[in-house]
Amino acid sequence: MAWESFTPLSASLGGALIGLAAALLWLVNGRIVGISGIVGGMGKAAKGDRAWRVAFVGGMLAAPGLAALTTGSLPRITIDASLPTLAVAGLLVGFGTRLGSGCTSGHGVCGLARLSRRSLAATLAFMAAGIATVFVVRHLAGV
Amino acid sequence: MARTLVAFLSGLLFGSGLVVSRMIDPAKVLAFLDLAGRWDASLAFVMAGAVLFAGAGFRLARGRAAPFLDERFRSPECYAIDRPLVMGALLFGVGWGLAGFCPGPALTALSLGRIEPLVFVGAMLAGMAAHRGLDALAAARGRRRAHAIRRFEQARGG
Repeated sequence: MAWESFTPLSASLGGALIGLAAALLWLVNGRIVGISGIVGGMGKAAKGDRAWRVAFVGGMLAAPGLAALTTGSLPRITIDASLPTLAVAGLLVGFGTRLGSGCTSGHGVCGLARLSRRSLAATLAFMAAGIATVFVVRHLAGV
Repeated sequence: MARTLVAFLSGLLFGSGLVVSRMIDPAKVLAFLDLAGRWDASLAFVMAGAVLFAGAGFRLARGRAAPFLDERFRSPECYAIDRPLVMGALLFGVGWGLAGFCPGPALTALSLGRIEPLVFVGAMLAGMAAHRGLDALAAARGRRRAHAIRRFEQARGG
């Protein structure tokens, strides 16, 4: 366990914000916060069904800017994967989340919060696959 | 208009949650998935906090016939744990483990002005389009088959 990078407080606070976002969209608009569904549904969305999707993504895109305004700097992130790896990963994530009807937010947050067995199965499956992939890449392939 | 504004606010809250919790950082996500390495359990707290607050929202909604700004709740109507669900989740998990990005953090990270999130999101949209294309092909094949069966039965009956 890497104690020096363990940040349970900010993690819980951030998680609470994510949960509030889901509660707000459900209580007021009657929609699930599922990012892959919101984005994937944009293409074939009916006329009155597109604006809220675009607005939601706009809100997400505004978040780092808001953070910069309040803290003085953009969030710093570290990406170790190469561009080709990122492309392959993106394809898998895009195809997989549409085939499996959801991602970390739709199944992992909303689905579990609604006590859906289907979402629990999906969450266990993608967590297991993620853990197995990291194990292979970091500990077997020796990268 | 009000619904669009609420969606923007929800997106802003969601993205801020990813920034505050640092789930926007692929290194942090991969450290969470790396059970055999220097494991960082922080993201379990993101999940717990999110499920708790989302759960409170869903509970509050249970007594209501409709959301505040629409005629009905649009809940997913599928309950089966079937092969597409599990296969899709597994493929997604492999991609997640390769990059450390899932859809929400990758989209939010677009505003950091770096090339990597752009490449990931571009490929993700292509993957989504590929699924839509295959789905349409399968549907067309299903319609052709149903049509052929109908013609066969009409011929036999007539």
